[in-house]
Amino acid sequence: MAAGLATWLPFARAAAVGWLPLAQQPLPPAPGVKTSRGDEVLVVNVSGRRFETWKNTLDRYPDTLLGSSEKEFFYDADSGEYFFDRDPDMFRHVLNFYRTGRLHCPRQECIQAFDEELAFYGLVPELVGDCCLEEYRDRKKENAERLAEDEEAEQAGDGPALPAGSSLRQRLWRAFENPHTSTAALVFYYVTGFFIAVSVIANVVETIPCRGAARRSSREQPCGERFPQAFFCMDTACVLIFTGEYLLRLFAAPSRCRFLRSVMSLIDVVAILPYYIGLLVPKNDDVSGAFVTLRVFRVFRIFKFSRHSQGLRILGYTLKSCASELGFLLFSLTMAIIIFATVMFYAEKGTNKTNFTSIPAAFWYTIVTMTTLGYGDMVPSTIAGKIFGSICSLSGVLVIALPVPVIVSNFSRIYHQNQRADKRRAQQKVRLARIRLAKSGTTNAFLQYKQNGGLEDSSSGEEQALCVRTRSAFEQQHHHLLHCLEKTTCHEFTDELTFSQALGAVSPGGRTSRSTSVSSQPMGHGSLLSSCCPRRAKRRAIRLANSAASVSRGSMQELDMLAGLRRSPAPQSRSSLNAKPHDSLDLNCDSRDFVAAIISIPTPPANTPDESQPSSPGGGSRAGSTLRNSSLGTPCLFPETVKISSL
Amino acid sequence: DIAWWYYQYQRDKIEDELEMTMVCHRPEGLEQLEAQTNFTKRELQVLYRGFKNECPSGVVNEDTFKQIYAQFFPHGDASTYAHYLFNAFDTTQTGSVKFEDFVTALSILLRGTVHEKLRWTFNLYDINKDGYINKEEMMDIVKAIYDMMGKYTYPVLKEDTPRQHVDVFFQKMDKNKDGIVTLDEFLESCQEDDNIMRSLQLFQNVM
Repeated sequence: MAAGLATWLPFARAAAVGWLPLAQQPLPPAPGVKTSRGDEVLVVNVSGRRFETWKNTLDRYPDTLLGSSEKEFFYDADSGEYFFDRDPDMFRHVLNFYRTGRLHCPRQECIQAFDEELAFYGLVPELVGDCCLEEYRDRKKENAERLAEDEEAEQAGDGPALPAGSSLRQRLWRAFENPHTSTAALVFYYVTGFFIAVSVIANVVETIPCRGAARRSSREQPCGERFPQAFFCMDTACVLIFTGEYLLRLFAAPSRCRFLRSVMSLIDVVAILPYYIGLLVPKNDDVSGAFVTLRVFRVFRIFKFSRHSQGLRILGYTLKSCASELGFLLFSLTMAIIIFATVMFYAEKGTNKTNFTSIPAAFWYTIVTMTTLGYGDMVPSTIAGKIFGSICSLSGVLVIALPVPVIVSNFSRIYHQNQRADKRRAQQKVRLARIRLAKSGTTNAFLQYKQNGGLEDSSSGEEQALCVRTRSAFEQQHHHLLHCLEKTTCHEFTDELTFSQALGAVSPGGRTSRSTSVSSQPMGHGSLLSSCCPRRAKRRAIRLANSAASVSRGSMQELDMLAGLRRSPAPQSRSSLNAKPHDSLDLNCDSRDFVAAIISIPTPPANTPDESQPSSPGGGSRAGSTLRNSSLGTPCLFPETVKISSL
Repeated sequence: DIAWWYYQYQRDKIEDELEMTMVCHRPEGLEQLEAQTNFTKRELQVLYRGFKNECPSGVVNEDTFKQIYAQFFPHGDASTYAHYLFNAFDTTQTGSVKFEDFVTALSILLRGTVHEKLRWTFNLYDINKDGYINKEEMMDIVKAIYDMMGKYTYPVLKEDTPRQHVDVFFQKMDKNKDGIVTLDEFLESCQEDDNIMRSLQLFQNVM
């Protein structure tokens, strides 16, 4: 409920007066107001500190502890005040929320204590005002992370329990992803790590020239050609292990397509493919050249270490997220290189026996100079060339040295900012969703109230109180207003689901066929305006017929219960459809079966399952109170409802 | 220099806005209001406390009005109707509703005579305040009311439902069938209708 909405209730009622001449039906009477004691000062005693406030102030937020009747539980009749045994310093903030509509977060207090107080007083953390929201969230996140770290450290010792009955696949996957879960996984982890290292070292060593002990041949062979079998065996062994590991991972992966597309699996494939290609390709010379280059890819095996090293992974992710900055650096370098290479080429063009044979050739000189390497294989000889060469090296220092720290700090800032922005965006979405939920909560409150039959009667206060959720005075007035609007326009509020169904059912006749099986005659398809009102009258007639039928069928007790529970079976069938979005999802199928049951089973039982259905599986006080009431009634009613609900 | 000029302009605008929000309006004395309206002192006190809490500056402007109505009628779009209502409340056409306007209108609507209420409603419907209600004005009002219902209604809202509603209304109200409804026709027709008479007593009881 928004801040101070109750204050504006008179405004809204003024609106209703404007509808009066347009209303074609009599508007419902206003809810009877219990003796309003006017505004009075309440005393709230929180651990000895007395806070005094107007009752109206607390009534502004009827869905909190202080705004609802829940505070009566804390009322001390002897002293005439409401006593709470809680922190008085925190209570100040809570009370200020009622007064100003903004919940501020205390800077000095522990955020968890504040949260607990909010939970006690029924305030949702989303109510924290914008001024304090960011800090509140940051502190809460910090706290949560700290707690999570502690938990993780605890858990790392025991290892999380595996869900019982998990298949071999799941266990295998877990072993792969988290090697610390079992000894076998750990062994496997180390074995693969060892073989990766062996493979990489073998690749490196086989290119070292090793001299044979016996003869001093003029040509020194690399070890790979001296001991081809040994290296081949080692390579085979490693590739076998890697292939086995890859296939096992593929088998265990929960989502094979996703696994196939992941970076690590690509690296695995690239690492072992050259070997197989080498096996398949016959040993002829023209292809073996290409084959040799393929062996280069074996070096990718080193990337497999990233599974074993957290740091490598973070580095990889860092580079990926910093890609645009690096790209810019590269681009500016390229520009500088092209400029200087062009200049150097034309400066050195005149000299004979110059190294600067073309602009691309000058690229090499420019890069070496700008990065201050200075190999010396290409040097300018003309004076102009030397001047430009020195300018090139100076600017190289600038071009390279300047952006790098900027990139580093940029990266760090952007990284954190991105994280925060994503966080904020996600939170904003959640916040908006919650606001929408609260908003739909108010709309749903009215619809729920309608389906509970609260609208149809004005007498019998006590019976109604049992089954209808007790509403605050403000809610009563608000619902009365909405009801007046419905009567003025001769249309009713429904929820999205019913609306789409009404649209789906092509003609109004389609709907009536579902409402009850008794009314088989088609409704007048005249203008909607003229027919909607008579339809209600017809439904009232049907309700009487239903209740009459139920009298003939059941006991008097049942009738009393029916009369007590249900005042308006008229929107009944629709209410069973209305119940769909309110109750849990699994109820959706139930209510469809219910509708089918209603059509197939004769009318009298249609009343009872319809009534009990929204209430029995539904949660909350509404369910509790209705169940209580129905249990007072005939016990024989329940088996029937159970039977039908099992359909 | 354009940039400098723009900057100055923005600064002035902000200062103006600040000034406007700081303008505070204080209502007339409690005794005067009590004499002018049908409320008791206590009721006026309660009303003013709520009003002051929501609008510390002492005035309600149209946007706030629309927001308030959006919260009361979340199903649909209440802004058009709120606009017409605001014009009806703002008798002096200043663009803001002060506490006196608020209380005066409430006094009529909740505690006034039937005559006064009907006259107020006529004033509401008469959008251009020329003393006559014609079909276009009525269509606007009725459409605004139907907008408040929102999309999800039962039965489904048709395109010509507002028009039919207006036609029914004019049939009833327009005695001499000249296409406009004058105040006297309005008063007469409403007093003949029992439903309306009964409904007018509805909002009598509580504030």
